[in-house]
Amino acid sequence: MSVQSTQHVNDDVTKLESVVIRFAGDSGDGMQLTGSQFSVATALEGSDLSTFPDFPAEIRAPVGTTFGVSAFQINFGSVEVSTAGDEPDVLVVMNPAALKVNLNNIRKGGMIILDEGAFNAKNLKKAGYETSPLEDESLAQYNVIRLNITKMTVETVKKFGLGNKDSLRCKNMWTLGLVLWMFGRKRQPIIDSLAQKFAKKPDVANANIAALNAGHAFGETAEMSSNLHRYQINKYEEEAGIYRTVNGNQTLCWGILAGSQLADLELLLGSYPITPASPLLHMLSDLKEFGVITFQAEDEIAAICSAIGASFAGKLGMTTSSGPGIALKTEAIGLAISTELPLIVVDIQRAGPSTGLPTKTEQSDLFQAVWGRNGDAPIVVISVSTSTDGFDVGIEAVRLATKYMTPVMILSDGYIANASEPWKIPDINDYEAFPVKFHQDPEGFHPSKRDPETLARVWAKPGTPELMHRIGGIEKDYDSGHISYDADNHQKMTNVRRAKIDNIAHDIPLQEVSQGTEGGKLAVIGWGSTYGSIHQAVKKARKDGLDVSHIHIRHIWPLPRNLEALLNSYDKVIVAEMNVGQLNTLLRSQYLLDSVLLSKVSGQPFKIVEIHKAIVENIGDLK
Amino acid sequence: MNKQVDIKKLSPKDFETDQEVRWCPGCGDYAILKGVQMTLANTGATPENTVFVSGIGCSSRFPYYISTYGFHTIHGRAPGFATGIKLANPDLDVWLVTGDGDGLSIGGNHMLHVLRRNVDIQIMLFNNEIYGLTKGQYSPTSRPGLITPSTPMGSVDAPLSPCVFALGAGARFVARGIDTSLKELPVTLARAKDHKGASFVEIFQNCLVYNDNVFGEFTAKKTAKDTQIHVKHGEKMIFGKDVIKGLRFNTEKFGLEVVIIGENGITEDDILVHDETNRHMAFMLCELESPDYPVVCGVIYCNPAESYDKAVQDQVAQAKRDKKADFNALLRRGRTWTVE
Repeated sequence: MSVQSTQHVNDDVTKLESVVIRFAGDSGDGMQLTGSQFSVATALEGSDLSTFPDFPAEIRAPVGTTFGVSAFQINFGSVEVSTAGDEPDVLVVMNPAALKVNLNNIRKGGMIILDEGAFNAKNLKKAGYETSPLEDESLAQYNVIRLNITKMTVETVKKFGLGNKDSLRCKNMWTLGLVLWMFGRKRQPIIDSLAQKFAKKPDVANANIAALNAGHAFGETAEMSSNLHRYQINKYEEEAGIYRTVNGNQTLCWGILAGSQLADLELLLGSYPITPASPLLHMLSDLKEFGVITFQAEDEIAAICSAIGASFAGKLGMTTSSGPGIALKTEAIGLAISTELPLIVVDIQRAGPSTGLPTKTEQSDLFQAVWGRNGDAPIVVISVSTSTDGFDVGIEAVRLATKYMTPVMILSDGYIANASEPWKIPDINDYEAFPVKFHQDPEGFHPSKRDPETLARVWAKPGTPELMHRIGGIEKDYDSGHISYDADNHQKMTNVRRAKIDNIAHDIPLQEVSQGTEGGKLAVIGWGSTYGSIHQAVKKARKDGLDVSHIHIRHIWPLPRNLEALLNSYDKVIVAEMNVGQLNTLLRSQYLLDSVLLSKVSGQPFKIVEIHKAIVENIGDLK
Repeated sequence: MNKQVDIKKLSPKDFETDQEVRWCPGCGDYAILKGVQMTLANTGATPENTVFVSGIGCSSRFPYYISTYGFHTIHGRAPGFATGIKLANPDLDVWLVTGDGDGLSIGGNHMLHVLRRNVDIQIMLFNNEIYGLTKGQYSPTSRPGLITPSTPMGSVDAPLSPCVFALGAGARFVARGIDTSLKELPVTLARAKDHKGASFVEIFQNCLVYNDNVFGEFTAKKTAKDTQIHVKHGEKMIFGKDVIKGLRFNTEKFGLEVVIIGENGITEDDILVHDETNRHMAFMLCELESPDYPVVCGVIYCNPAESYDKAVQDQVAQAKRDKKADFNALLRRGRTWTVE
């Protein structure tokens, strides 16, 4: 809760600009559901918001352990919110393990709502507590609200005759009811959603709704001495329009589908399940009415091969994965480059190397995307910077893939894939269509025939009379498309493949300054999901009078044609990224730029304060 | 009234390309290429609706020499490409050309899945029991003891039988042919083309450079009648120069045995009739090996079921019937709110 903006509206309602709440519990406690339901209720009240689901890779880790703790953080307010918040103001914990794991992150003086019914000897031991934190001084600097949520929930739902396990599962709804009361959010959308979710189990639905109502009623009737208060957060002034909440995987999925519609092509997704990219497969599998075909292949390799096969046959081929899966697809991407077929490759990055941390975020696949293939094998690489950005990135990827007959790799990551934000829903009719024209004319046809301007080769699909041709991964003759082992021809073909991609720099927007000025003392350069943290840190620094700007790069390869001049217009440049310096190395190699790296690879997104600190330190050095 | 047009019947020559064929002189692939061109002509294939897909290896150069659409892909992965092509356009007639290394070693996994899914394509696996293009290493079908550059003391790998593998993977069409048997091969390939679903055809192909005459034992023309049996559905499995040898089911050994009609009281009635829909029989026939048994050629198993691509298309068609494809409505599904 931004303290400086706190003012008392009346005795029991405190007005706030923004607040960060973190719900934490066992993997089986339903924290993700609680958080996402709270997000919906919050969005419907007109707050700006950003969420961060933070969960373990294990589906159901042993109950009560620290490694089984699942959390959901939301930052919402009447002011612009662009990250899930550095430190929770309110921490809701369902057991001792959740307290132990999350206590370090909470703001000093913040509020902790805990279920004391779960703080028994067994759970304390599992969490590794020697003595109960409720009995010693370890929570002295927080506003701790101890409630026996377990007991109150079990009593509330007794009348529905559920078993002990199902009764205890209603604890999250009781807690949610209380938090909804605290922040003045409506219960009805959640009641509707529970009724729908448990339509086939009316007892379970009714018990959950009763628990939600009971938590809410507890807040209303609790005595003041319980330290419970209500808070008021006014609406965020948004542009007029229709809104919804979306996460990064949703907008990316819809963006690519929108792109295929604008290209007048049907989509074929070849994919293999992998965290955190699987939701794209799930979503597209349920969009068959748009002619979308999804193929869950036997492995990552067959997945991309089917997508390339589909592009050869005249559909838009697409494949989705994360770092380890992209590594397996590498050889096939090379074939798509060599045969010059359009292809969308989505990499929802996660912490690596190898299996790494599947549910934690990182931006460490940039090298893999730009350079990770045998031979000189350039492709287009575009990154997604916010949960809502995926829509436009998806469309741009399809436009470039089809116009230039090239694979396009989209880099998103586990953070924005799962994080939600409000989104002003666009109208597809506002986007300019770019329908694909398949080659039909047999006159002078050969498969390597190029458009002199874009250098894209012709796309002639099987089924077209008199255009029968053969393509493959062996080097092709520039003038006929036949296989060729000629030395000069290989030089020429390598050059043209490179020129085709380089040339795209003239067909993408000039790099803009997201915040601040062109030229100045300092610029923070970012790409991908660090947008929110950099934006807020730069905003704060500028408010304090520091000469710092924010540049956020969408087009990773080719880079925008004005980027070099723009970066050179600052005295100093910081590159902030969640890897050990991949964009930094790329920029240094391309522009001989003497940039400074700000790196973080903890599996967690940047905090605003971490970037702010780097800004202050680097500006200080310039004096 | 519908207009009548003259459709020029294409000849095998019409399926040749202008590309110089680059296989070693005398390679079995030449004969297979001819057999396939004959098959396409005989079955009235349209070049623009036909696609040949291959992986890597000698056999995988095949698409360059057929004047249809063609895609020479990467090692072992042709089934993935072929599946994508067939899903994208089910009207295309898709042929997959592979070898024992490409299809059963690096691509073994994909072969398993394309067969069990039953994608409507024809798979021709040229089996020469050797790696040709990489200069003569042993393959997953090479016999134990084979001396090659990578097995100077003889191979200790246990080989697999391609047709048994295919049956085990759930293939609904399994057949065999011999590169130079150009009387039988086009007939078998025509059946494969006709079959809806994945058709698997193993073709014994002689590599005269690295594994010459490896199949000589049963392919030699002189003795072929006694070393091969070409099975036909509904016909008794009788073979031999004198047409007196036959396959009988031995109930004690629970397997097939070669018997001679007229000896030990054996009559024609004892000889098994080939039932190409019987999977158990297909397994037994595929397992017969030379020299104790005749090598079985022709259509060994054919038992069609709905193809994968058909089922996928049906679901898409159903979704298109049941739901309206309204993109703006899709984005507005679920909870929305309006800011004035």
